[in-house]
Formats: sequence, C-alpha cells, structure tokens
Amino acid sequence: MHPRLPSSAPSRRRFLAGAGGALVLSALLPARSARAEAQGPAEGAGALAPKPGTRVSAFLEIHPDGTIRLRSPFVEGGQGIATGMAQIVGEELDVPPSRFVVECAPPGPDYAVVNGIRMTGGSFSTRSSYETMRRLGATARDLMIRAAAAKLKVQVGELTTRDGLVLHAATSRAIPYGDLAGDALKLKPNPSVPLRDPATFRYIRQPVPRLDVRDKSTGRAIYAIDQRVEGMLYAAVQHAPRLGTEPKTLANADEVRAMPGVHSVHRLPGAVAVAADSWWRARKAVEALRVDWSAPKPGGIDTVAADFSSEGMLAALKASADPGHVAEEQGDVAGAFAKAAKVVEADYDAPYLAHAQLEPPSAIARFDGDGTLDVWLPNQMPEVFQAVSAKVAGLQPAQVRIHSPMLGGFFGRHFTYEAGNPFPQAILLAKATGRPVKVLWSREEEFSRDAVRPLSFSRFRAALDAAGQPTAIEVRTIGEGPIGRYFSMMMQTPVDPSAVEGIVEKPYAVPNRRMTFTKVAHPVNIAFWRSVGHSMNDAFYESFLDEIAQAGSQDPFALRMALLQGSARHRTLLSTVAEMSGGWQRGPYRIEGGMRARGLAMASPFGSETATIAEVSVEGGEARVHNLWIAFDPGSIVNPAIVKAQVESAAALGLSSVLFEQIVYRDGVRQSQNYDTYPVLRREHMPKVHVRIVESGAPMGGAGEPGLPGVPPAVLNAVAALTGQRIRALPIANTKLSAA
Amino acid sequence: MVSLTINGLQYAVDAEPETPLLFVLRDTLGLTGTKYGCGIAQCGACTVHLDGQATRSCQVPLESVGTQAVTTIEAIEQDAIGRKVVEAWVALQVPQCGYCQSGQVMAAAALLKQTPRPTDGDIADAMTNLCRCGTYNAIAAAVRQAAA
Repeated sequence: MHPRLPSSAPSRRRFLAGAGGALVLSALLPARSARAEAQGPAEGAGALAPKPGTRVSAFLEIHPDGTIRLRSPFVEGGQGIATGMAQIVGEELDVPPSRFVVECAPPGPDYAVVNGIRMTGGSFSTRSSYETMRRLGATARDLMIRAAAAKLKVQVGELTTRDGLVLHAATSRAIPYGDLAGDALKLKPNPSVPLRDPATFRYIRQPVPRLDVRDKSTGRAIYAIDQRVEGMLYAAVQHAPRLGTEPKTLANADEVRAMPGVHSVHRLPGAVAVAADSWWRARKAVEALRVDWSAPKPGGIDTVAADFSSEGMLAALKASADPGHVAEEQGDVAGAFAKAAKVVEADYDAPYLAHAQLEPPSAIARFDGDGTLDVWLPNQMPEVFQAVSAKVAGLQPAQVRIHSPMLGGFFGRHFTYEAGNPFPQAILLAKATGRPVKVLWSREEEFSRDAVRPLSFSRFRAALDAAGQPTAIEVRTIGEGPIGRYFSMMMQTPVDPSAVEGIVEKPYAVPNRRMTFTKVAHPVNIAFWRSVGHSMNDAFYESFLDEIAQAGSQDPFALRMALLQGSARHRTLLSTVAEMSGGWQRGPYRIEGGMRARGLAMASPFGSETATIAEVSVEGGEARVHNLWIAFDPGSIVNPAIVKAQVESAAALGLSSVLFEQIVYRDGVRQSQNYDTYPVLRREHMPKVHVRIVESGAPMGGAGEPGLPGVPPAVLNAVAALTGQRIRALPIANTKLSAA
Repeated sequence: MVSLTINGLQYAVDAEPETPLLFVLRDTLGLTGTKYGCGIAQCGACTVHLDGQATRSCQVPLESVGTQAVTTIEAIEQDAIGRKVVEAWVALQVPQCGYCQSGQVMAAAALLKQTPRPTDGDIADAMTNLCRCGTYNAIAAAVRQAAA
C-alpha cells in the first residue's frame, strides 16, 4: 500500500522552486570558481560571495560608444531570450534594448538565477529571473547616478537618467554611462534600490524587435557548427548500430589512413572516428571504415538488445502489473466506480520522438598550453557541461572554459544525455591527437544518437453518473521520464514529475481522482523534448475527456465549462478561444466544398494556461489542419511579439508530432536516418495560427513550450468529431482515416 | 585546382572533384552563412544560387559547378531583390533559431527574381525548405511583402 497524499506529488511547476532540490543540484555543480573569488570585492565589501544575479560587473560591460554588453545567464536558441533580457535590464538601466549586445555567460555562480541553479529550459528563463534582472539593471543605474554625483559634485537627487546618460538638469550637463562605468563599478551597490513603476515602462510589454534578426537573415549569425579555431582537425564519427555495443576490430584501418587528408583513425566509446583536414574527407573516410562491433544482448529491455523494438517496449509497458506510486489522490475513487452508471476505459500511447533541430550537433575541444581546456558547444546548462567535460578530460571544472554560442534550434536537445552528444568525443580526440578537434555529427549520426522523447503509455478509466458527469478518473502511467533519468536526486518521491505532468493537477472539478506512476526504464537514451511530459500526456487526457463527453452524451465544450465552474481563469480562456474561432461549433460542417470539424483542448503547462481549437479535414486518408486558434494566458509578459511567435512555433511542433513523428526501433536499430525517413511539418501542412494573449495577472508562466500541448489533443478531437475514429496511438499517420 | 566564381570573386580550390559545393563554401572558403542541415536535399538549409537558380549546394559536386556564378547569403544584400527580401525578413521578424533562414532567404530571392508577383501557389512550390521552428507563415508573409 502506498500512503495517501493530501495533494499531488511535487510537480514540474514546483520542482525547481524548492530550496532542497536546488541545494542538491548545486552540490553537483562546480563550487564557486577560484577565478571568480580571486576577482575579489569588485563592487565593494560584501561582493565576495555574491547572491546570483547581483554582481553588476559579472553581467554588464558599458562601452564608451554607448553599447552595452550583457552576459546573459541564458542561451539564445530562437526563443528570443537575448532580446527579452535586454528589455528587462534596459528598462531599469534606462538604455534602449537596441544598444545591447547579448552573449551567453561563461559558467559561474553569478548566473545561477533559476531558483539557485542555471539552465535554459523548462520555460523558466524569463519568469524565474524577471525580478532579479530588473533589480540588476536598477542597481547598475543607481551606481551610474552615484558615480556622476561624485564627478559633478552634486547631490544624487539632482540627477536623472535618459537613454544611457546621467543628466544634471540644473546645469544642462550630461555624462554618458560609458564615461562613468569605471568609477561606478568601484562603488558599493545599494541592495534596496527601487524598481521602476510598471506604469512608466517603455520596453517591457512592448513588441521590441529582436536583436538577432538581421544577422539571422543575412547569414552572419554564428552557431557552434560555424566556429573554427587555429590548427584544428575536423572529425567525423560512425556510431555503433546499437547503443551500448563497442568497436572490436577495424578491418581496413590502413587503407582508410591512406585516404586523402586523413590524419588519424580512432576508436571511441560506442563509435569510431576519423580526424582529417576537412570534415568531408573525415566523413568519407569514417564511412569507409569496416568495423566489427561487439554483439548486443539477444533480448530483454534492460539494454538495446538484438531484438529490441519500440513495439516490444510498448508491450512491456502495457504488460506491467506493478501498482506503482500514487502521483495524485483525492476522494473515494473505488466508491465512485462502485456507484457508476457508466464506466469508460481507454489506453493511450505515444512514440519516441527526435528533436530534429536543423543544426546538427558539433563541438570543438582545445587543450591549451597551461593544461586548461576550451570547449565550444551547443548547450542549455553550461555548468553541467563544464563538469562533464572536466571529468572526460581528467581536469578540475575550473580548468575548463565553456563557450556557448547561439543554438540552431534546441527543443530540449542540448542537455548532456550521456552518449547523446559529440563533446566527449571531441575532448578524447583532442587529447589523442594533440590538436584542437571539431567533431560534427552528420544528420544520419544525429538521428542514430539523438536522445529521444520517451515512448509513453497511460491507461485511463472514468466513472460517470446517470447525468453523464464524470465522478471519478483513474490513470495509470507506466514508463520513464527525463527528470527521473537525469535529475532523480532532485525528486522527493518516486513519482517522476516529467512522466505524469499533464495528467496530474488538472483544473477540472472531478471529485474523485487517483493517478499512479509505475517506473519501467527504457534502455534507450531519453530526453527532454519541447513541453516534455505535457507533449503526450495532455493529448491523452484531453482526448479521454472527449471520450467521457461522448459516453455521457455531452458536448465537449459544455462539459469542460461545467467542470471549470470553480476557475474563472480557465473559463475566461475557454470563452476567449471560442470567440476567436467565431463561436464554438464542433461540426462536421461543409466549407469550401469539403467537410471539416473542430476539436477543443486545454492545458496547464509550465505555469501558463492554454485553450486550443483545431479545424481539421481529411484528404486522401490523412488529417489536414486548416486553422488553430490558441488563447494563451501566461499571467504576464515581457514581449508580446516574441510570445506570439513562440506560441505559433510550439503549435507547429505539436502539430508535427501528432501528425507524423515517430522514432521506431526494429532489431535494436532506429529506422529513421534523415528527414526523408523522419517526416517533420512542411509548409504544405502549416495551418493558419491565431494566437491571443490573455494577461490574467497570475504569476508569470513560461512561454516557449506551453503553446504545444493543446494542439495534439485538439487535432485528435477534431479527427474524432469528423470521422468517428478515436485515435489512441500516435502519430495519426499510423491510422488510415476514413473520408468524412 | 578547380576555379570557382563566388559572389563575383574568383577562387581556386583544391579538393576532390566530388566534394559537395556546400563543404567547399563552409570549410574551405569559410563562407559559413550557408548551412549544413541534412546532406540529402531534404531541408534546403544549404540553398545557394547557381546563375540565379536556387540550388541545394549539398547536392552539387565541385566538378559540376563549372563557370556558373555562385551566389551565397553573404552577398545577397548586394542584389536589389535580395536586399528587399532581407528587409522584409527583418520587418516581419521572421527568424527564430535562424538556422534555416539563410536558405529560406536565398529561396525567396530566387523566386522573386523569376516571379516578381508570386501567387500563394508559387510560394508553396518554391519555398519548400524545412523550418523546425515553424516560421512558415511568417516566411510566406515576408515573401509577399518583398514582392509588393
């Protein structure tokens, strides 16, 4: 028996907020670096052990020409965080965001502004650091004013600021920040500097243009793959066909060594590599290597065995009889089922997914004369990559410099993921060759080793009363999530929040609930994938809610409204999305010579709330989505244009996943090698996307991921409305749809 | 040595004749604005112009370039239509991660050179590059704006 919990187990929403978790993870991270401490009292006494996000000189360089260099705690990967940080800091510093140059900061304790740790993920960046970064800007502005007061020999109260100038109105004098920065940073910061009245905001809440758009439209933006260092070798790899097997012998190494431009041939953990004077030559050579790989285990799911398949893995999840652990429990579920007028049951599953970001992963490693190491690589968590790099290199973390260029898409791709990244290979090859080495994975190698969104399975049961209202819902979720895999030390219960999010903590007033989680580990390398557990669980839950509506002869919109009596926030969103779409109509209805229908779904991901309606037709046995209407409530926002773009982007990825995407294993090998065998959303599938931001004033939620989870169930519910086919196994492409 | 004309300049390149133009541009010549995405002409991130035609440079062996003029994203603003495309991309804030956008801009510029007033069908036929951030609607709007 498992203890009955008063409420749900710690969810992702609260996961990083707890000091306990932060302490545990910070113990994993490099201690405050000797270098940071050696810099001493940069801003007066007490600056030795700075609270993250407070030491101005760690974040800002103010140049004589008026430009501001901001070292951001976050990496830019398309989500607009560099611009958002410039808006937030610029607002309080009183400098237009357009004058900022934003780069991702190196590892260091100053940047642990996400509840005591540092990461770019979980849609946490803006909401976790908003107050901190405002205060940083305000503190820096205060330092400028006080430095100017000393220089002009006037009182602080006589000075104001405007666009990077300190002004003394009485004498019409103006001093640029750039002329004050040297003196200003020697002053002791004022810890209680007031923040600007939001009514006077000039940049926050405005659609400020993104800082990187021109460079990204002219090929000038530099990604990890574009970087090179003096004297570097290029390396290409060939991975073992099955994760966990090793190279035994190379039949033709001498021939390959004689190929044009080849420097050397290497064995690596789970792979072979060739270093050469160009990547193309390295790739041709490594693909010519004839490798004898060690044998996998014949069967079982504890490793990627010779017969491992995604089908077999799903069967194993379905077969588990382990009652698991309670993730959420409320009321008397058994009693409600005993009294039920009707019981609805359904099983849902979703496949492994690849990130398929357009930039293939790469890394450059360079050992320097003093025994230190530089690594350039795409990453979402610099301190963890620093720690892992140090371990691979046999160094201390403080001896490793991590460079974090902008990301050519990430969606959760760039955590360390054990064998899922090229940087350990680059470090080993740099060590072996005595030269800087850049490892680039071909698209095919990326599809073979990208860490994947876990294949997932949940079993649903609901009890309905005679009026068709759900009185109880029970869900068994069986599988594994990425938090349990990579951050289990932060979990306070055996329930992996990343496996059950989207199934627990729903806003619906179903009085009796019991959700459990049973861990069955995957042998494959699993990942965070945009919106993580919500990416499949909201599809399952919201589809099942439509099944409940159908079983109880209720309209899906009316049922949700009824279950949301207690939440004005959710009812507002539901009404908003209905109004945006011209009033709720499920259909099917005839339009433009064909039949269409609409589906509805809600989701509560990452502190934000969404309501989504999809309009779908069926053409040639396939679902075609014409319109998506999304009402999005993140509480409050920093940049409405970026938020809308993120919601549309997340919607596109959600649509791509529900329509097409799946990584299938057969005989231990992934069946997708490139975009021809892993279809992703193309232009011809892109619907019109209508986004409305509703600022309820609730605490700020995330923006990068929450647009996704409502889309798959809205589409699935529309397909059911149109065809009568209830798809419970994703993606839709695996089912031939009947014409409407 | 193979002789190439890229962005109006002459280059002499020493590489195997089958080397894809993409890697000659990126690794031999350091023109990294053109991106490697898939290597099999699926994604279009490597799109350049050969004599004004949008071409996926991962599928162009060095030996086949011959005397065709190669234009890459680095020179697109030197072209009047290319400049209009870039300005539309900036005005409508098209890129997100931006990795595919060099190829998207090159595809759009080639389309507008041949079809100054494209229909939605023309845009659908010509703009087939993948964007994992799903900026397709913004791209289409920017193509229409650049054509206006």
